Amino acid sequence: MTMPFYTSPEQLMRERSELARKGIARGRSVVVLKYAGGVLFVAENPSTTLHKISEIYDRIGFAAVGRYSEFENLRMAGIRMADVKGYSYDRRDVTGRALANAYAQTLGAIFTEQVKPFEVEICVGEVGSTAEFDQLYRLTYDGSIVDEPQYVVMGGQAETITTALKQSFTEGLELRDAIATAIRALSSDGESSRELGVGQLEVAVLERSRPHRTFRRISGAALRELLPGSGESGSGEQSASAPGGDESGAGGDVAQGDR
Amino acid sequence: MEPSSPRNFPGQALPPAYLTPGSSSFTDFLRSAAPELMPGYSEHSEGRVEAPHGTTIVALTFRGGVLLAGDRRATMGNLIAQRDMEKVYVTDDYSAVGIAGTAGIALEMVRLYSIELEHYEKLEGVRLSLDGKANKLATMLRGNLQGAIAGLAVLPLFAGYDTEADDPERAGRIVTYDITGGRYNETGGYHAVGSGSVFAKSALKKRHDPDADLDSAIRNAVEALYDAADDDTATGGPDLSRRIYPSVVTITGPEGAVRLSEEQAASVAEDVVNRRREIPGG
Repeated sequence: MTMPFYTSPEQLMRERSELARKGIARGRSVVVLKYAGGVLFVAENPSTTLHKISEIYDRIGFAAVGRYSEFENLRMAGIRMADVKGYSYDRRDVTGRALANAYAQTLGAIFTEQVKPFEVEICVGEVGSTAEFDQLYRLTYDGSIVDEPQYVVMGGQAETITTALKQSFTEGLELRDAIATAIRALSSDGESSRELGVGQLEVAVLERSRPHRTFRRISGAALRELLPGSGESGSGEQSASAPGGDESGAGGDVAQGDR
Repeated sequence: MEPSSPRNFPGQALPPAYLTPGSSSFTDFLRSAAPELMPGYSEHSEGRVEAPHGTTIVALTFRGGVLLAGDRRATMGNLIAQRDMEKVYVTDDYSAVGIAGTAGIALEMVRLYSIELEHYEKLEGVRLSLDGKANKLATMLRGNLQGAIAGLAVLPLFAGYDTEADDPERAGRIVTYDITGGRYNETGGYHAVGSGSVFAKSALKKRHDPDADLDSAIRNAVEALYDAADDDTATGGPDLSRRIYPSVVTITGPEGAVRLSEEQAASVAEDVVNRRREIPGG
């Protein structure tokens, strides 16, 4: 007769936490911060197709670090949830809070019930009608949820970056300054001499002023123009907001029809 | 093992179906995860219902794009059900759909269709190709075949700008459908659907100029709609006293799909009406 090995719940949780933490720390970091015009996402990500940052809904964005297959799964589920909710009620009824809650419950369930927890950390960002209603939710592998007032740093050398960001962050930054702040913090991990160029960055914003779908990726020439040391010509925003230059919506006034 | 167990977290955690990798199609997902939300899934009983009908939609290409325009009237038998109904919808950055036929079913179809396009774009990170979009609409139309047999037919008209076209000047496309979901590329450069379509098409046949610029294309579309309203009671002409004007959506490369503002539509419509005071035939 074989007896199952007994492990105390405490030890079990500790081991799972350790596994998740290690997995998350291995990757590169993501910084999400509030700026004057909305919410800014900056990730260190050399891939142009495997995104760490994504659009979820009109006013909701998603950023994640850790194991790609696992957060991709959560991203997909979030988009499905938002679209089903928006379809069965109204587009205005889709909120970041509900999504963050669902993620927290799902991650919590996976953490306690499954052999291996998800090695991910997620940030759900939502842009409100005014800066006061912008929200950042940080979700960790065990289903903990934190409402962050200013910024979220996840993955890699998160602590070093948080320290750097804490010193330089101020509220109400303009986009150009916010990007500079985020990049300076991101490149300060460990050896502080690293320089992050357009090729290593994935940048996106939730822009309060955009109608309908607020999510906009900033890449290529538009990003180069906004990077520190590119001069103050300031036409980058304009060129990036034309449809086709990014993945976000231009008009889409179907919503007005059913609003 | 299940990805999560919603039993323990009622109403909150994401149901397993949401976490299951699968199709990028919203309709497919809805059919498996929430079939009660799918439009027109129930079998139709005998008998007919009277429901509002949308009427005339025209589409025409011009140099650098394509436009879609519709009148605003919905009728129910001999009555006007709605004077200011919106029948032309922007479905994503580079496409728009106009609808004729049973209004309720058509509106639901367009709503689902635009979510479908957005859903795909968000999940995949790229937009559907123009032909992909046109085919998807055909599939949705085919799904309403039972409804069409019961007298609740819907007929959409699709207009899109093909961002992958070789010649951006000629990238505007019009796709027409039949009631069974048949899909046809309209190469003539103009088309109309709905009760007044015969008159609108005759007008466009004389007026349409593939090399026209945006403004004259808008003018031609409104003229065609006026002609349709002139001879078809179910089509509404520009209603100057109530300030109800035809709705127009233009799709071009640099601008994407944009709805013509109320002021612009008003000025074109007033112009057309004033001109017709002198020459009623246009």
